[in-house]
Order: sequence, then structure tokens, then C-alpha cells
Amino acid sequence: MQPTIPHPMIPQPVFPEAAEQKNYLNEKYGAWSWLMTTDHKRIALLYLLSITFFFFIGGFFALLIRLELLTPAGDLVQADTYNKLFTMHGMVMVFFFLIPSIPAVLGNFLVPMMIGAKDLAFPRINLLSWYLYIIGGALMMHCMLTGGVDTGWTFYTPFSTGFTNTKIVEAGIAIFIAGFSSILTGLNFVVTIHRMRAPGMTWSRLPLFIWAHYATSIIQLLGTPVIAITIVLVAAERALHLGIFDPKLGGDPLLFQHLFWFYSHPAVYIMILPSMGVITEIIACFSRKRIFGYHFVAFSSIAIAVFGFLVWAHHMFVAGISVYSALVFSFLSYAVALPSAIKVFNWTATLYKGSIHYDAPMLYAFGFLGLFTIGGLTGLFLSALGIDVHVTDTYFVVAHFHYIMVGGAVMGYLGGIHFWWPKISGRLYPEGWARLAALIVFIGFNLTFFPQFLLGYMGMPRRYYDYSHMPEFQILNVMSTAGATILGVGYLLPMVYLLWSMRRGKPASENPWNAAGLEWKTASPPPTFNFDEEPVVTWEAYNYDELDAPHKEEVPVAK
Amino acid sequence: MLNNFPLWPDQASTMASRVDALYIFLLLVTGAMALLVFACVAFFAARFRHRPGVRAEQIEGSNALEITWSAIPFLIFMAIFGWGAFVFFQERTPPADAAEVYVVAKQWMWKVEHAEGQREINELHVPVGRDVKLIMTSQDVIHSFYIPAFRIKQDVLPGRYTVEWFRATKPGVYHLFCAEYCGTQHSGMVGSIVVQQPADYEAWMNGASTGPLSASGEKIFAELGCSTCHRSDTQGRGPNLQGVFGKPVQLDDGRTVTADENYLRESILDPGSKRVKGFQPIMPTFQGLVSEEQVNDLVAYIKAISLSKPINGAKTSANRAVSGDSSDTEGQTPPLPSGSKVQ
Amino acid sequence: MQNEAGADGLTAVHEHHGEAHAAHNPALLHHFAAPEQQRDAASLGMWVFLATEIMFFGGLFCAYLVYRRWYFPSFAAASKSMDAGLGATNTAVLICSSLTVVLAVWAAQTARRTLLIGSLILTMIFGLAFLGIKGKEYRDKFEEHHVPGVSFSFENVPVPGHPGEYANPRHAQIFFALYFVMTGIHALHMIVGLGIFAWLLTMSWKGRFSPQWHTPIEIGGLYWHFVDIIWIYLFPLLYLIDRHA
Repeated sequence: MQPTIPHPMIPQPVFPEAAEQKNYLNEKYGAWSWLMTTDHKRIALLYLLSITFFFFIGGFFALLIRLELLTPAGDLVQADTYNKLFTMHGMVMVFFFLIPSIPAVLGNFLVPMMIGAKDLAFPRINLLSWYLYIIGGALMMHCMLTGGVDTGWTFYTPFSTGFTNTKIVEAGIAIFIAGFSSILTGLNFVVTIHRMRAPGMTWSRLPLFIWAHYATSIIQLLGTPVIAITIVLVAAERALHLGIFDPKLGGDPLLFQHLFWFYSHPAVYIMILPSMGVITEIIACFSRKRIFGYHFVAFSSIAIAVFGFLVWAHHMFVAGISVYSALVFSFLSYAVALPSAIKVFNWTATLYKGSIHYDAPMLYAFGFLGLFTIGGLTGLFLSALGIDVHVTDTYFVVAHFHYIMVGGAVMGYLGGIHFWWPKISGRLYPEGWARLAALIVFIGFNLTFFPQFLLGYMGMPRRYYDYSHMPEFQILNVMSTAGATILGVGYLLPMVYLLWSMRRGKPASENPWNAAGLEWKTASPPPTFNFDEEPVVTWEAYNYDELDAPHKEEVPVAK
Repeated sequence: MLNNFPLWPDQASTMASRVDALYIFLLLVTGAMALLVFACVAFFAARFRHRPGVRAEQIEGSNALEITWSAIPFLIFMAIFGWGAFVFFQERTPPADAAEVYVVAKQWMWKVEHAEGQREINELHVPVGRDVKLIMTSQDVIHSFYIPAFRIKQDVLPGRYTVEWFRATKPGVYHLFCAEYCGTQHSGMVGSIVVQQPADYEAWMNGASTGPLSASGEKIFAELGCSTCHRSDTQGRGPNLQGVFGKPVQLDDGRTVTADENYLRESILDPGSKRVKGFQPIMPTFQGLVSEEQVNDLVAYIKAISLSKPINGAKTSANRAVSGDSSDTEGQTPPLPSGSKVQ
Repeated sequence: MQNEAGADGLTAVHEHHGEAHAAHNPALLHHFAAPEQQRDAASLGMWVFLATEIMFFGGLFCAYLVYRRWYFPSFAAASKSMDAGLGATNTAVLICSSLTVVLAVWAAQTARRTLLIGSLILTMIFGLAFLGIKGKEYRDKFEEHHVPGVSFSFENVPVPGHPGEYANPRHAQIFFALYFVMTGIHALHMIVGLGIFAWLLTMSWKGRFSPQWHTPIEIGGLYWHFVDIIWIYLFPLLYLIDRHA
């Protein structure tokens, strides 16, 4: 075996015998081998790089927003700039970070491995979906650098179609293209989960991460096309003044809102369901237990996907819909809350009589439980019609959806990145730093967003650039801005030490957590086709009793 | 509002205490649920932390538990749902005799027209204790009329009327916000709700009136030549508009609609869409010929001539007593009940 | 390395399919264990994709139904201005093309190369004919100033069945906006379909398909049928509102 050339991005094997080991990272070298790869694991890493880029762009906008709101007067940026900041923050974070985050990175990496497949069913379509994402992202970057959009990420008509002179069409095309990337990912997952499972991997032996991704894919497949056609109509309306959404020409602006939320409400579940899947894996592993009520957790994912399509108009209680449709959508919103509650109870019950380890992924999972519970429970306020009238379009809503989408989805994402980092990189991350980062994120997050609930009930409307008429809102805003800086540090830390660990971290064994699941039964990092021998599954999911039974010694834990 | 760190907006309408009661109930219920979950998580995490030699005990699950923790939250959810819907229906059902105020939103200001004729910009004066119904439309994009102290909010749409109502209970000056993002100066589209004692309000009201909206509407009605077809007998080429408001109207295509504000508005701007049975489609559209304010005036006028009969009659005249401006022969404007008082 | 892995998986798992059979199949991609699995995956993939297409058109149908209910008289008048004869011809053309697609699939299954190539060519001719007729209709609409925008004109068009009543041009414009968006996106799908069939034709010409492996013909055919079915819905919705008058 000829000696391998040291490569800055690729962890070098430490043990001589390991040097023989070919894996997906060192199988081929060079930029071309990455850009033309069809390996789902390499595509996952491409996604990881690109969504991290957009995460920090979106985060930078968020920081500017928080700095502007430090004082009541509008003094840091112009009003138009502020409007563009929150618009681009929303668009980047929703369409270019949150929606692809867990599915396209962790899902791409893990779905084939967890079910014992060599790759996704359509590897080239998988690569195509990354290129679509990049084209959409590049267009979005171009749009931002040449002026941006100021409609809010919701594009409400007739403002977006007739009253703003910003780059609606370009942003629309960017989102349209990114949407197809999301559809193709979902399509790949559905077909892969149906057709590529290893022998013995029955539906009830699937890890709950897979169930969560299956449910997510259904939403991506059935929801995204609707936003795509809605964007087409908005662009056509804007270019040609068709009148479809313009009341001056006989159109109905509420039709836009119905079509928009038909996708954009389920889109929240595209963000949170995969995160729930990650949390389920982590909780099972670090309590050393089979998940409590496996089937309930699995089917609650499907229930969320199905009910998620039936609640869109709860964003429109004061928009001018009839009281009776409001009644129906309020009721259905409570129906969709139930499966989420069931999940929380089952995770909690899983801890009972477990053997709980406090490693960084578990800390993220605890953080998720806390933040998601608060986010979910405040959803009950917003579903209650009488209260929604008062708090909708205020900071109460802003706080609520950040608790779900950042507190929930991003906590799950970070927890998952840590949990599977040894598998992805072949290296262990520094445990102490990781625990510290988890703590900082949790504290910073609550300090940023909890005050916003109070602001919202006080009546501060969202998307306000200047609140000099109501200086009483300042103290809570200062708290929120202070929290945001802490949160920023919490998000930067993992990037630093994870990059560090790629070169300096201790090499990871095949299964550093002694975790259940097929992905831990192959090398870290895995070979190009995942398994040296095609696995045959003879055990149930989360067989921690068997894993812990034979060897009585301590579970090896990254230190 | 003098306090720099309030946690609660003023309660200044009848709705505020109802919404707050539900809010407190929800805080208690969800607080208890959150505490239960957090306590369990914290207790299990501490009690069952990893100890060398102690293995986790595998538990498959429990259908009884699953049913319990599905059914109990569901019942709680239904209670919240019912209570929330109850409050919502109150918020969405204006009393029949509420005083009417027309609101026209535009980027980035609120134009308010009282039925008695007072016009305000970014301000709304209302007396304590009177039901006030806002009939709102927008000249351009979607706005939202939000008064936190009253706990009410309603989007204001171009091309149609939306309605909200309140009864102020506490004199003072309260925030008025636009709550639906509407462009550059969205955050500048703010104003004040001035709640006054009835006497102060009367004084303000008598200050600068240009005559009731319905009077302006009558003038426009004549100027546009509406009266040549919409005659007050049955000989006109258009339907007689006396007494039409609030009544069912038989349409040419067989449907029946109620002649509410939105119907009147639509019939002025788009007469062909819901034509009254037995009349020819000869009325031209007035889209673009009349401003939003003029449409409001016309609607107010048509309502006035519709409601004049009951006033001359006996029954409802008591709660439709003539307001302070006794020179107003239209006299139909739902007035301030003379005996209203501060709660 | 790749072939080894594939063959390993095959022998380990799907012994009954026979190793030689699969290992010699050049179309079997490395990450599938057996040709059946590959075909099932491709077919399921197309079905799932068609589900997303239904949702894509679903948004448009939803908008169409809302406005048709609101502005029925103007929609009826606007629909009457369409050339139902051309629309019906196009419907017939597409139904014929579906038949030739079925023939192509059958020909591929039964190794009838000439029939396969002939059917594919016929399908493409039908597809082009459809687009040609559609183009003529678009040109007519353009000349009649029925294309939404500044030059749109729909004055004094009577509402069918309601003498003396005229369509509201603004409402008719919404009809035509939806007409052009719906048929335009449908035509775009036809063009993509023609591209797919051109590729299938090349592959058939080179003799790449066999009774054992002709998945592209099957799933390309699925796509073509779907585009036909969309038209079967579009035709009555756009051309035949209130035709009885």
C-alpha cells in the first residue's frame, strides 16, 4: 500500500492497520470527485457545507435585526433595509437552511445506512437535487446582493404583486428551484425506504428516524408543488398583471394566503419532524433503552404529516375568513397538537428506569425537550381563537415559531451532528466543549426568545422597524438582543471545535456510543457502499438490552 | 404606561378581561403541563443516571398509558378550544345597534370617518361605554387594525369591507398599530385610540363636524345621477333602495343574498356580479370613479334611507334615539345611549 | 469493486434470481440487489413524482374553481370564445397518442423492435400535432386581444343564456390568465415528454431495450399518460363551460 498524501480536509488514519481501510472520504481525492459524486454520504457533506454557509448568512441578518431593535428609534439601518433584513433572514433560514437541514444532511447520510442499503434509490437525482439547491442558493445570493426583497418571507399579495419594487420574481425563482431540490430529496427517501430495505428490515424494525423522514418526505412531496405553482402565479401576476390575486382586477388576495399556507404550514413539520427523529435516536441511545411506545411514536409522525395539511388557515384567523372556517381550523389545530404531545410523553417515559448518560447529544436532546415543549404549548394559545386575535402578528408568534423552528429543529440538528459526527468524520469531537456549547445555546436561546412572548402579549407587532411610539417595549428588546449575542457564540463554537476535530480529534471506533442501528455496524467513516457485506437484520430496533448484555464493562464514551 | 416595564397591556375594553381570563387559564394549564414534563424529565434524568453495573430496564410501552396521555390532553384541548371559540364569537359579532365608524387604510395611515361626519387621521375618538363597530377597507395593500388594550385585531383588505367592534371601558389614550406588514413605513402606521368620558366625547364631537356621512352620501348620490334610476318609488330602472339594507335580496341568477355593507359596496363597484331579480344589467360600474371614502358615504346613505322607517315607527326608536346633533334630519345614525356610563 | 459488491448482495439475498442473470445485465446499477428491485424503484419513483405533479396542477385547479364559482357568467362567456373544435381535436390527438404509448410498452415487452420504434415515432407526431394546434389557438387568442395584459379586451361579450347581459372584462381576464397558465404549463409538460420520447427513440434505435429491461419505456409512458389525463380535465373545464346555450 502506497502512503497516502496528507490532505487538510481528510482525517488521517492513526493506526497503521487502519491505513489500509478505504472509506468514502479517502476513496477518491480532488474537487471533481466531490462535485461529481453520487455517494449519498459525500452529497450529505456537500449539503452540510452549503447549509452552514446559509445558516451564518441568515444568522448575520438576525444579528443586525436584533441590533436595530436595541433602541426604540430606527437608528442603525434604514426602514427599507430593515424590511429587507427580516425578509431575507426568513427566506434564507426557511428555504435554504431549515428545510434542507436535517433531511439533506443527516437524512442523506443516514437513511440508506440505517435501512442497510448501499445508496439512495436514485443517486444521480440526489446529486441533481444538491445542484438545484446550489443554483437556487446562488440566485438568492445574487438577489440579496443586488437589492433583495422587502415583502417578508410570506410574499403577501397585493403588496408583493403590485406595490413593492424589489426583486420578487428573482427570489421567487430561487425558492422555486430550491423547492424542486426538496421534492427530489423527498422522492428519493420515499422510494428508498419502500424499496431498498435490507432483508429482515421490516417496517416495525425501522429506526424512528426513518419513520420521521418518511413522514417528512410525504410533506415535501405533496406540499412543495403547491408553493411552486403559487410562486409561478405571483411572478406571472407581477409581470403581466393577470389579476389572479389583485382585488383591483377582481382577484382575491386571500386565495394567495390559502395557497401559501397550504405549503408553508406543513413546511414547519418538514423542519421539526426530522428533528424529532434525531431526538428519538439520541434519547434511546443515551438512556440505553428501547424507545417507549415505538408504534405510537412512529404513527404520530405520520399523523402529524397528515393533520399538518389540514390546519393551514390557522394563520388566517384575522385575515378575513369566516368565523365558521376559523372554528374548523382551530379544532384541527388542536388535533395536530396531540401527536406532538404523545411524542413528548413517550420520550419522557423512555427515560424512566433508563441508564442515562449526559453526553453532549443528550444535552441537546434535553434542550430540545424543554424548548419544544414550550413552543408546542404556546401553540395552544395561538390555536385558541379568542387569544389568537390578540397575539397573532405580534412577537408572541415570532417567539412561538422560533421555539419550534430554532429551539426544536436546530437543537435537534446540532444534537444529531454531534451524535453522528464520529460516523461522518471518523473522529471524536471534544466532549467538554460540546457540553459547554449546548449549555450556551440553551441559555442564549431562552434569553433571546422568552422575552418576545411577553412583548407579544404586550402587543408589540412583528416586523416593526421603529418602536419609538412605545418605548415601554425597550427593556424586553434589550434582553432579547443580549440573548442573541450569546446564542451567536453558542452557534459559532461547534463550528470551531468540529472543524478542529476533523484533524485533531481522536479517531472514532466503529461504534463509539455502543448505539443500536445499522449505521453503527460499519466502519467510521463508512466505506463507499456503506457495508462490506450486505446486512441481514434479525433484531428489533433499539436492542439496547442485547447491546449492553454481553459485555458488562462501561459504555465507551467520548471524553 | 408610565411604568417602563409592564408585562400586561391595559385592559380598556369589555373584551380585554375576557381574553385575559382565557389567557390566565391557559398559562395555568400549560404551565402545569410544562412543569409536569420538566419535573419528570429532571427527576428521571437524576434518578436514573448511569451507574456502573446498573443496566437499563427495557419497557416496551403501555397502551393504557398512551390512551391516558392522549385522552386527558385532548379533553383539556377541547376545553381550551371551546372557550377560545366562545370568546372569538363575541369578538366577531358586533351588537346590532353599535355606532358605526368607517376606516380607510392606506400606506401608511389610518383615515377614520365617524358616521356623524368627523374625520380623523391616525386617531380615533370614542366614548366610554358605547359599542363601536369599525367598517374597514384598504386603498392599497393589506393592513391590520390592532388595538392591544382592547385585545382586538382585524386585517383590513383592499376591495372589501371587514368589520371589528369593541366597547371601551376606561378613558385614556391607547396604541393603535398596523399589525400586517404593509411596506416601508409599516412601523410608522401607528396611532392613538382616545377613549373619553361621554361628556368630553360630545364636546369633541361637536367641535368640527362637516355633517354626517350619510349627508355627503346623499349629495354624491344626486351628483352621480344615481337617483334617476334608483327612485323612491317602483317606477325606476333600478331597484328602490329604501329599506333594502339588511334585507335578503333575490338575485337574477336565483341566489339570495343579504344586502350588507359588502353587498352594497360590490353593487356600486361591480353592479353586474349580483344583479337584483327583475332588473336589466344597465348600471355602469363606478370602479375608479368614486374614492373609498365616497363609497363609504354612499353606503352610509343607503343604510340611512333603509333604517329611516323604523325610526319613524315605534319599536326600535328607543335604542336608536337621536344623537346630540339634533339638526341632523337623517337621524338614523346609531347614537350614544344617553344613559351610558363608565364601567 | 462495484460489481463485486453487487454480486455479493445478489447471491446473499436474492439467490432465486440467479447470479449470472443479474451480473450480466449492464443496466443493473451497483446499488440495487436485483433488476426487479431496480425496476420497482424506478416505477415507484415515477408514481411518486406524478403525485407531486397532481399537487402542482391542484393549486391551479383550486384557483380555477374558486373564480369559476365567483364569476360564473363571465367564465361562461370567456369559455364560449374558445374554439371547442380545436380543443376536441387535441383531445382526440392525445387519446390516440396514449394508445400508441401502450403499443410501445407492449412492443418492448414482446421484443417487437419495428413496432416499438413506429409507436414511439407516432406518439411524438401526435405530441407535435397537439402543440401545433395549441399554438394556433394561442395565436387566435393573441389576435382577438384575449391575452391578459395591457392590450386585453373583452368588451360587450354576451353571457350565454342571459340575453342583454355582458361579461365583466376583469373577470374574463382572470379566466384567460388561468387558461394560459394551465395550458402553458401543460404544454411545457408535453415538450418535456417529447424530449423523453426522443431519448427513448434513440435508445430503442440502438436496441438497448429488451423484454427483461425496458423500464424507461414503462415510466416514460406513465408520464405521458399523466400529461394526457391532465388535458382530459383541462378540456371540459376550459372549453365546455355552459356550452348548452
